[in-house]
Order: sequence, then C-alpha cells, then structure tokens
Amino acid sequence: MEKELEVVKLKDVWAYYNGTPVLQDINLAICERDFLGIIGPNGGGKTTLLKIILGLLKPRRGCVTVLGKDPRESRSQIGYVPQKSFFDKNFPINVWQITLMGLYSQTGLFRRYSREDEKKAEEALERVSMLEYKNRQIGELSGGQQKRAFIARAIASDPKLLLLDEPMESVDPKVQGELYGLLKEFQKEMAIVLVSHDVTAVSIYVDEIACLNRTLVYHGPKEISDEVLEGTYQCPIHLIAHGSIPHRVLKEHQ
Amino acid sequence: MFDIFGYHFMQNAMLAGLLASIACGIIGTYVVSKKIVFISGGIAHASFGGIGLGYFLGISPVLGATGFGLLSAIAMGLTTRRTKLPEDTVIGILWATGMALGAIFISLTPGYTSSLFSYLFGNILTVPDSELLLIFILDVVILGVVVLLYKEFLAVSFDEEYSTVTGMPTEKIYLTMLCLIALTIVVMIRVVGIILVIALLTIPASLARQFTHDMKKMMALSVLFSAIFTFTGLLLSYWLDMASGATIIVAGVVIFALVTAVRKLLSSRGLPSKKM
Repeated sequence: MEKELEVVKLKDVWAYYNGTPVLQDINLAICERDFLGIIGPNGGGKTTLLKIILGLLKPRRGCVTVLGKDPRESRSQIGYVPQKSFFDKNFPINVWQITLMGLYSQTGLFRRYSREDEKKAEEALERVSMLEYKNRQIGELSGGQQKRAFIARAIASDPKLLLLDEPMESVDPKVQGELYGLLKEFQKEMAIVLVSHDVTAVSIYVDEIACLNRTLVYHGPKEISDEVLEGTYQCPIHLIAHGSIPHRVLKEHQ
Repeated sequence: MFDIFGYHFMQNAMLAGLLASIACGIIGTYVVSKKIVFISGGIAHASFGGIGLGYFLGISPVLGATGFGLLSAIAMGLTTRRTKLPEDTVIGILWATGMALGAIFISLTPGYTSSLFSYLFGNILTVPDSELLLIFILDVVILGVVVLLYKEFLAVSFDEEYSTVTGMPTEKIYLTMLCLIALTIVVMIRVVGIILVIALLTIPASLARQFTHDMKKMMALSVLFSAIFTFTGLLLSYWLDMASGATIIVAGVVIFALVTAVRKLLSSRGLPSKKM
C-alpha cells in the first residue's frame, strides 16, 4: 500500500489574540482523502485555525505545513469556502466571474483567464449543478445556490485540500444533505476540513471529528462522548442522534 | 441660445466635463462597489495640502495636489491596513491633516490667492488648454491600469480575503486602486473641486447600479450619467449665473432622486424592473 501523504500538519501551534491565547498547543495531522469536521463554540478558535492553515495568520509558536511546504507556498493546492454570509448581495458580479476567481493562482497578475481556465470553471460549475446559473448575479440566488457557487470557486483549481468555514450556516436541512453529498464526492480527490459550531450536522457525514475550544481534542472515529462535548462547549449539550428513527438524548443538568 | 457652444471656453468646459466623466464613472464604480466612499473623501480633502504647497512653492497647485493625493492615498491605505487603529479614525485624522497643511501653506504664501475657491468648489468655465492635456493623460493612465488589472480589481473589490488566499498581492492592488482614486480626484478638481468630488464618485455609480448587475455595464452607464450631470449643470450654471461645480452636483442629486423615485413607483405598481 502506498504511503499516505500528509496534507496538513500542525505541530505545537499557539496563536494569540490581543494577548490571550485562542489556540493552545494544537497538534493535527490530516491525510489524503480525510474528511475532518472540527466543531466548537463561536470564539473557540475555529476560524483562526483555518486562517493558520491558509497562511493568512502566522502562529506565535509551532510549525504548520501544507503538503510539506509553508502554507503560503501551497495556496494553489488549497480550496477555501469562506463563511461569508455577510458579503455584499448587491455586488455587481455573477456566478461565472466568482468561479473564475478560483483560478487566479494558475493565471497570475495582468493575464486574462485562458480558454483552459474557462473550461475548468465550467467543469466546476457542472459538478455543483450550477452551470445553468452562471450568468446570474450572486445576490439573486438562494442561500444554497450561493454556497454551491462558492464551492465551485474553491474546487475549480483541483485542490488537494478543501477548507470550509461554517458551510451549512443559513442553509436548510434538505440542502445541507445535498451539499454533504457533494463533499462526499469530492473526498475521492481531496482532503476536506469542515468547521462548524453545529454539532449535529457535522456528526452525520464526516469521518472524523475534532473538538476545538482553544485546545483541540481529536477523535478518530465518529463516536463522541458527552464529556468531550461538554469540555469543549463548557455547558451541557443536547446530542441529537440520527439512527433509524431520529431521537435525542438530553443530558441531565447537575 | 446655442451659440454658446461656439465659445472656446465652453468647448474646453465640455471636453473637460467629458474627460472627467470617463475617469469618475469608472473609478466611481469601484468606490461604490467596494464601499470605500469615506476613504475616497479623505484622499480628496487631504490633497488640499498639495494645493497649498503648490501656491507656497510657486508651482501648479494641480501638480501639488497630484503628488499630495498619491501620497495620502498610500498613507491611508497602509495605516488602515497595518495598524490596529480603526479605519475611520485613520481616515478622519489624515483628512484633517491634509487640509490643515494646506491652510498653513497658503497662510505662509505672500499675496492674495484669488483662485483658491475654484480648487475647492471647481470652475469648469476656466479650463486652460494645458490642463485639458493633463486631464487627457490622466484619463489614459487610469483607463490603462483598469484594463490591465480588471480581474484583480474585481476580485479584490468583491472578496479581499479570498483573493489573498489565491496568492494575489491584494495590498498592492488595493493601494493601486487608491492611487487611481487620487488621480481621478485631480482630474475632477476643475470640474467640481476637491470638496464636491465625492458626489461625482458616488452618485453616477450608484444610479448605474440600479440598472445593471454587470460591472462593465455599470462603468459605462456611470460614465454616461456623470456626463449628463456635468452638461446639465454646466448649462444651468451658465444660464442662471451660478457656481458651476455646485450646480453640477445639485443637478446630479435632483436627477438621482427623480430616477430613484420613479423606479420605486414603477416597482410598487408591480411593473418589472429587469436589470441588464
């Protein structure tokens, strides 16, 4: 069996915000075709962690590599879907132009997008079933369609790593299922890291879960205990499990 | 009634208005879309320092404003990015600093600075041929950079963080955009003056946005609206003997309000307002 490539590696990473640590001693290894969900409360450092993997933030201490290199050198291999429920809905840009943005790393400064870039953008839109909406202004689309457009932009350059920040926010459960289905498809080609504060949505689809609230607790399998969740959220958490019949277990307040 | 177009000063005024409309229509589209109206106002007012410096050194105040405008654009861009100070605070400070320096330079300049008012509020009826040439050159520069950096400007305006992730030198591109705003302000000095320039950077573009969701069409429409405002204001100011810069702005505001109200009325009656 061929050796699995380490797509992301974080070693003893610390990050601070205004003097207080937001990430403490994070160690994380993500391999090819992993599908990792990172859950934790708002302000727990999820976005900071993504920014460190993207090379937008430098950790105070520790070492980060993406595909064996400094994150900034690997950016052409990273697809990113920002949280962005707050972008300007009136901005004069359509789905096609947004998707092309994802190919910048291959086109470069001053140059126009090539015919090959356009083909890749078309394929990406096809994969997320958005090709027919390519001339639509972004604000005219539903929340789910907007997310699909941003996912198309992220995968257009055939990345080895796909990072998604709260992708299921403001998307209804049916569309969430469709989006997870898409991600499962992409998993055959790339490692996926998804960050969310919504425990239940994540737990159904992803292969591995890590809980993040300044410190990272990593769980290989999907099972996740109440103690771990409570440690992460610092409060009793309602676990909603999807079995054959959806049911929920309420932990007693003590 | 139309023999006024035979006058040389009127021809220069029309040409200056048209050339200025090209610059402010295109750059105004970015100012409105990227929501950098306040920083643009800051650059415009700060460039007053350059006008004062021009008087003080005995060089062309427009040349002084060009240098000062570019400098304050870069200063604002860098301080808002690289310090932890809130953006509006930085803009407010540099805005006033530029104006204060301008006032100091003028007070140090002996003699009466008669044309000062026209730099502040514009005087399109007194554009010399030499300045038409300067406006034309600046137009070519602005247009050239926008053509060259079209996809970068679009990306940075829409989503700067993502642009950085794709490896785009976003800070340099943003600073370039601010410098183009500074040059546009220089182009507009004769037309509406540095105090009123912000109106022609925002009104035509935001009116254009009511009709289209395509950035290139928005630019074209915004150039057209700006030219309409300028010509309307110019003729009104000539016939009614009012200050030209201010008349252009008031004409723009009135047209903007009328069009917006009519569109609102039409859409409330259920008539389709399909965008291009």
